[in-house]
Amino acid sequence: MSTWRIARLIAFKDLRIELRSRVVTNQVLPFAALVMVMFAFALDNDDVLTRVAPGLVWLATLFSLLVLVQRAFAVENADGALDALQVAGVRPSGIFLGKALALAAQLAVLEVVLLLMAVVLYQAEVAASGAVLLIITFVAATTGLAFVGTLYGGLAAGAKGRETLLPLLMLPVVAPVLIGATRATEAAFGTNGATSSEGWPWIGLLTLFAALFGVVGTFAFGSLIDE
Amino acid sequence: MSGVLAASMSVSEQTPYVIASYVVTLGGIGLYTWRMLARARKIAPQVREEDRPWT
Amino acid sequence: MTSAVSPTSIRRPTGTRFSRVLGVATLVGLVWLVVFGLFLSPNDATQQAGVRILYIHVPSAWLAYLAFGVTGVSSLGYLIKRTRSLTWDRIAGASAEVGVLFMGITLVSGSLWGRISWGIFWTWDSRLTTTAFLFVTYIGYLAVRNLGGTHQQRAKRSAVIALLAVLEVPLVHFSVTWWRPLHQNESVAEGELSGLMLFSLFVGLLAFTLLYVWLVLHRQRVLAMEDALDDQGLDAALAERRAEGAQV
Repeated sequence: MSTWRIARLIAFKDLRIELRSRVVTNQVLPFAALVMVMFAFALDNDDVLTRVAPGLVWLATLFSLLVLVQRAFAVENADGALDALQVAGVRPSGIFLGKALALAAQLAVLEVVLLLMAVVLYQAEVAASGAVLLIITFVAATTGLAFVGTLYGGLAAGAKGRETLLPLLMLPVVAPVLIGATRATEAAFGTNGATSSEGWPWIGLLTLFAALFGVVGTFAFGSLIDE
Repeated sequence: MSGVLAASMSVSEQTPYVIASYVVTLGGIGLYTWRMLARARKIAPQVREEDRPWT
Repeated sequence: MTSAVSPTSIRRPTGTRFSRVLGVATLVGLVWLVVFGLFLSPNDATQQAGVRILYIHVPSAWLAYLAFGVTGVSSLGYLIKRTRSLTWDRIAGASAEVGVLFMGITLVSGSLWGRISWGIFWTWDSRLTTTAFLFVTYIGYLAVRNLGGTHQQRAKRSAVIALLAVLEVPLVHFSVTWWRPLHQNESVAEGELSGLMLFSLFVGLLAFTLLYVWLVLHRQRVLAMEDALDDQGLDAALAERRAEGAQV
């Protein structure tokens, strides 16, 4: 069975589980929305909110990513499914790509919702000229986040007491995505006079990040889920 | 350029900071070293000779 | 369980002649650092007493980076089948611990120096931010080392995490540098040392390098003893279990 076939099977399995259990739609999305509201409570200033809207969207994404990753691997631990897959000789690279794909799909849905909320709650404005930049930013950032999340999720899943390790390991690693995606999104929104052209170098960074972790993750995932 | 670096503090005001950094540094090193050696002394009697190939 | 060991080797169980000599040299180096750093070297023209902190801050930063580099290389040494040995794993772990120690010293001394020179304890420039990230990353690495499992599992897991950290740090550095370019004045500050001041800086560098080697040497020996204890405990448990079986 080729790696791609394994990846597709696992991705569809994860998405099917989500469709049936609706944990992301019923729990994670509301959490993300709540985070956006709490930002408004904390940063009690409409002008400030509009200015920092891009950063808040990505922050909320990162916090929700932690929850999504926990969930993605909790479904594996329930019946020792991950171990069973390994024992059955399924290539870890396929598992990695499949779970990353499913995670990316869920992240994408989450980000669209957060973006809409930012437009509504923070009066963020998306210039038409920035639309392309915005879409590519989201694609590049989501890919990178999905790869990193799957990789470290594999390690932090499993035995008790590990869930707390995930934020500590992951958040420093995704800092470049936070910085790059926020700057590129600011350029797409036209915040603070940023022009679209300023966003493209950051896209370069995001793409490099996604490519590096995609490749490395494919090879390293196996050693991290070994119990 | 060096104007930006001109000490806003007088030397006497600076001294506590300088001393603090040396104290924190040597203190941190000392603490780590002490705990490491104490741990070594504690477990060494239980470890067989052959597992300590440096002796 | 108790072996016939001489009293001296119990009092200093991780010591050898080489490490004792090294230890004395380290101590001498540290004393020199204090003497030159705090007393014999002059105040700087612009920074005045603040420059004395640099004799600690700059060497500890270099050693922290060296320590993390050693962790990366040792992790590679473990992962490569031909050179695989748990000693690499223990060196990686010991070096990371000492690296975190030096990094902590760097951050504290740096912020005290910043307070004197610029009036602020912290600023979000690229070097400081990357340093803070490195610090947190290696704390995470140390946490991964304590996840349990066999020594080999620990070694493989942490080696991968260490190499991921090596990958991540340049990425963080680049993104932070584009985000907040390096403070122009910083580089000027460190380039203007001469004479006794430069000498004190080198004393600091030498003392900390000796200290690093001494600490890692001892720490990885302690880790070896801890691992041996684990194995002994396992052997004892197995032996007990077999003894139970033999009685039937």
